[in-house]
Amino acid sequence: MIRIRGLKKRLGPKQVLDGVDLDIEGGETVVVMGRSGSGKSVLLKHVIGLMVPDAGNIEVEGVEIVGMSERELDEVRRRFGMLFQSAALFDSLTVGENVGLGLREHLHLKDAEVRQRVAERLSWVGLASIEAMKPASLSGGMRKRVGLARAVAMDPQYILYDEPTTGLDPITADAIDQLIRSLQKRLGVTSVVVTHDMTSAYKVADRMVMLHDGKIVFSGTPQETRTTTNVVVRQFVEGSSTGPIRAL
Amino acid sequence: MEEFLPVRGARYVQDRALDWVAEVGRVAILMRDIVRFLGPGLRSFGRVVQQMSAVGVGSLWLVFVVSLFTGAVAAVQAAYQFTAVVPMRYLGSVVLRSVIIELGPVLTGLVVGGRVGASIAAELGTMKVTEQIDALRAMAIHPVRFLVVPRVVAAIVMLPVMTVLSDAIAVVGGYAVAVTSIGISSHTYTQSLKDFFLLKDLMSGLIKAVFFGGIIGTMGCYYGFATEGGAEGVGMATTRAVVASCVLVLISDYVLANVLFRFIFAK
Repeated sequence: MIRIRGLKKRLGPKQVLDGVDLDIEGGETVVVMGRSGSGKSVLLKHVIGLMVPDAGNIEVEGVEIVGMSERELDEVRRRFGMLFQSAALFDSLTVGENVGLGLREHLHLKDAEVRQRVAERLSWVGLASIEAMKPASLSGGMRKRVGLARAVAMDPQYILYDEPTTGLDPITADAIDQLIRSLQKRLGVTSVVVTHDMTSAYKVADRMVMLHDGKIVFSGTPQETRTTTNVVVRQFVEGSSTGPIRAL
Repeated sequence: MEEFLPVRGARYVQDRALDWVAEVGRVAILMRDIVRFLGPGLRSFGRVVQQMSAVGVGSLWLVFVVSLFTGAVAAVQAAYQFTAVVPMRYLGSVVLRSVIIELGPVLTGLVVGGRVGASIAAELGTMKVTEQIDALRAMAIHPVRFLVVPRVVAAIVMLPVMTVLSDAIAVVGGYAVAVTSIGISSHTYTQSLKDFFLLKDLMSGLIKAVFFGGIIGTMGCYYGFATEGGAEGVGMATTRAVVASCVLVLISDYVLANVLFRFIFAK
């Protein structure tokens, strides 16, 4: 379980997070919705300790991670997998080396075992036999899928997805959504998905929360999100430029 | 209300001074982390060898050309200054000593600093702005251990190797000019090299090269990690890494020359 209380973060002149309270239960998939620049990715980076908050607490399985040393944080991070918005594959490594990096660095498995695990994870995301390719030669959708294979290589308890379908065509986006659901079922992980793609959000979410003006202003199931009377959520879900959220 | 000009000036100087102190502090923290992760970073020997190849093999041609012409110019300049003052049989020794004490390590430092410092800063800067550094940290892999240690160690190991090579090529460049253009016999030039070669001269150049390697690797990594923004940020980081490397190579050359020739090799 992840428990966030009173999380605040200012970046330059903007108060990006202004007292975020959020509980993520074990095994559920929570989608964090919000406009571009609303602080969704910043929230995600705080959960895995990549950013340090100005105030507030984050507990992972009852253990406070704010204020931990980098070494202590590394122990926590080993329980996480993260898919970055740009996939963030290491350019200098092959696909196989990218997916197997954590296995080599932390589990010190033999080469054959690493190759086997890498092949298995790549097959999960429908990309068998591309281990020797370099990230530069992959399409956007393939990069995301390799990023996903890398995120699940270490059998994490938690997976964080930062805009998993942004920039992808609808068919590839749907394939990524199906993958997120199938990995959820296969591994039983707790997932946090940050997105402003509502089609994707409805497909993968057990629960949806809305981040607006630095705070969580709504939490509900996909069905509750569709029928809510919360004007902020309604405007966002309907994609309207008129309402309480200023368009520009 | 507009601030009085001298007050604004004083504030600007104060801000820049504070920025500079903060930057020195951040470099010191990076150096502490390099020392801390030296052992674990060296366990991935393959990555160190890969970086040694990038630093050394990649700079080979550049060092070759620069050194060859530096030796040749040193011979021409020395011959001009010797005219009617010093016998030409000392030409080889002057070329040799000026090359192995000063020109070899410093020019290698500047050339490699420009090429490798820029390359490291651009690579790490691009990794920073494309979230690859964050991805490493998210995988519980410390970027200093994985990225910085192999690059700094490779630069520290390869700079002395490149310097020896540079010394040899420069002496050959001086020989070519001395024999073909100045009219000194081959025997006179080589005898002069043998008569005046001192091991401590070579050692002083190599000690300098070790420090230059550390400076180039550390500055490239520091400015790469400090990159902000997109392509423009990467460009700025690259420029800063090269400028800092070259300036620090020259400053440390002066400091090391004092330490080496006034204390360590004084006798």
